Amino acid sequence: MYRAHILVCGGTGCTSSRSNDIIDEFNRQLEVNGLDKEVKVVMTGCFGLCALGPIVVVYPEGSFYSAVKIDDVKEIVEEHILKGRIVKRLLYREAGDPNAVNSLNDTRFYKKQQRVALRNCGIIDPENIDEYIAFDGYAALGKVLTKMKPQDVIDTLKASGLRGRGGAGFPTGIKWEFTARSQSDKKFVCCNADEGDPGAFMDRSVLEGDPHSIVEAMAIAGYAVGADQGYVYVRAEYPIAVRRLQIAIDQAKEYGLLGKNIFGTDFSFDLEIRLGAGAFVCGEETALMTSIEGNRGEPRPRPPFPAVKGLFGKPTLLNNVETYANVPVIILKGAEWFASMGTEKSKGTKVFALGGDITNTGLVEVPMGTTLREIIEDIGGGVPDGKKFKAAQTGGPSGGCIPASLVDTKIDYESLAAIGSMMGSGGLVVMDEDTCMVDIAKYFLGFTVDESCGKCAPCRIGTKRMYELLDLITKGKASMEDLDKLEELCNHIKSSSLCGLGQTAPNPVLSTLRYFRDEYEAHIKEKKCPAGVCKDLLQYRVITDKCVGCTLCAKNCPVGAISGELKKPHVIDQEKCIKCGVCKEKCRFKAIEIV
Amino acid sequence: MKSLEELKAIKEKMKSQVNIREGGDDKIRVVVGMATCGIAAGARPVLAAFLEEISKRNLKNVIVAQTGCIGVCRLEPIVEVTEKGKDKVTYVKVSPEMVPRIVAEHLVNRQVVSEYTIGAAE
Repeated sequence: MYRAHILVCGGTGCTSSRSNDIIDEFNRQLEVNGLDKEVKVVMTGCFGLCALGPIVVVYPEGSFYSAVKIDDVKEIVEEHILKGRIVKRLLYREAGDPNAVNSLNDTRFYKKQQRVALRNCGIIDPENIDEYIAFDGYAALGKVLTKMKPQDVIDTLKASGLRGRGGAGFPTGIKWEFTARSQSDKKFVCCNADEGDPGAFMDRSVLEGDPHSIVEAMAIAGYAVGADQGYVYVRAEYPIAVRRLQIAIDQAKEYGLLGKNIFGTDFSFDLEIRLGAGAFVCGEETALMTSIEGNRGEPRPRPPFPAVKGLFGKPTLLNNVETYANVPVIILKGAEWFASMGTEKSKGTKVFALGGDITNTGLVEVPMGTTLREIIEDIGGGVPDGKKFKAAQTGGPSGGCIPASLVDTKIDYESLAAIGSMMGSGGLVVMDEDTCMVDIAKYFLGFTVDESCGKCAPCRIGTKRMYELLDLITKGKASMEDLDKLEELCNHIKSSSLCGLGQTAPNPVLSTLRYFRDEYEAHIKEKKCPAGVCKDLLQYRVITDKCVGCTLCAKNCPVGAISGELKKPHVIDQEKCIKCGVCKEKCRFKAIEIV
Repeated sequence: MKSLEELKAIKEKMKSQVNIREGGDDKIRVVVGMATCGIAAGARPVLAAFLEEISKRNLKNVIVAQTGCIGVCRLEPIVEVTEKGKDKVTYVKVSPEMVPRIVAEHLVNRQVVSEYTIGAAE
């Protein structure tokens, strides 16, 4: 028995700030102090508060240490572990609150969260199947195989109200039922882990922090729809997720939780990983299956839907990682428990990857129906540096912007669609007042242009033309007719593209046009970028009254565009200026303005 | 995995190893005083004995923790046992040999070992 557990985050964020070395150092220090038989070091998945990594949590106290450095390890071991004195200096402090918070669950970041899909992330060692089993792992699979008929499983899911967490929100139980009803000698179960939205990383975190939940859920799905083979399609850019999932699959096989005659029944199920090569379009279900088949990842028209004719022409069930992560808990705790969370039409919880101009960058899980304000202000800690919240972008390149005026919107599938955005996979990018909405729309369009597979003309050519029009606007070279043309083009692409990528590509433009049309018009009519972002429309100038001639700006200008004598106001040569903003950043007297 | 019992056996075995990470104030806390005075008086072997005894019996509702100086240094090693809704029990001058009895009588059978407590010592 260990009297204390030191949990160190091994998610991608904390790993990149050397949490692996911290684990090694803990083990070394414990040995030095002769504590290695009493205290255990555990690598876990993501705790969610990625902005303050590496995260270390010490149980039984639950002390929550943030931004731990290798040099801090010795102190934690010698003080906390050896003498029982918590190292207050390293405890997490909430923004604007000087008092350290001792325990994880006392933080504002966690208080409003409800962790269902992320239930084991940051609690178990993802590379140890026994720990997953200790937290009810594989009990749902056992229950399903020994006590439930396939139709019972489907009925439970239908009653729970679980909907697809990949973004579109199709009722999961109905999808399973369609696949189960298709007659065929062979069926497949697939998991979409090709998380490609810029700013979204919840699927990665589930795979890294709790890979067995996906293995278990897919086996349950196999039983419910009548499939004996599953594939997880993961992008190769997620090396940690891929490695841990492979470990999980190997362990499950070793325990006989995958393979033949699971739990002594006649149900057999096998699971394999397929790596995606990084094409965004492969997150679209038909393209994903084409890619698994070994062909170029391109979508095809639906119907036939995958439930009828999917992978290798056979009926196939395809769900997203987060959707699967919910399944074992629903089986164990029941449909009613799950349906008691959320709103009328959107049940359960949703994981969001919080990013952009927000204090607590990280991963949060909240019940459906939580308002955007609660997520941003209470959980996310608000916009940093006292700046104003301008808009939030959900759904990545397929989604839209929610303006500050709608910050009290309760988030669920319907309400987001009603205001021109979408749930998407759960990326939530917060933007402050210094963000130019035209520039943002252009950024997302640039992404779509790069990622369009080129199979259909509206998407391949249309998005490119849209990008060109946006480029003209940000350069102040567009007319009001161009704006009309842009809008018309949006509607055409939306209605005529082959797959979801093209159909949703205009959304960033349409939603910014809807809420920030004045910004577009300012670019066109006044040739001004109100947020001061679009370089072609702004100039850096020295405010002569404020400049004391310290020469700091001139020394730092990378192109030598600033000249002037010591102790006399300087001047910026507009011909030479590349508008990098270094002078404004360096000036201590706020003597540089953007006009 | 051939049966549900097999799965359950693994869960039972693991539960005592991970329950430390679960909240809940229904657990019995065994707190060993581990300040300089406690360690000098031999608190470390006492702590080790508790860990060994508890894992031998596979007790799931017990947490072993440590604390600093409890205050009566002359009675170290001191071990406090707390449980929700019950008075704190303080054992004094604890030696590893006394631990199996405390675990068996107090933690398992819920009978305080009165002769080891601070009340008996004073």
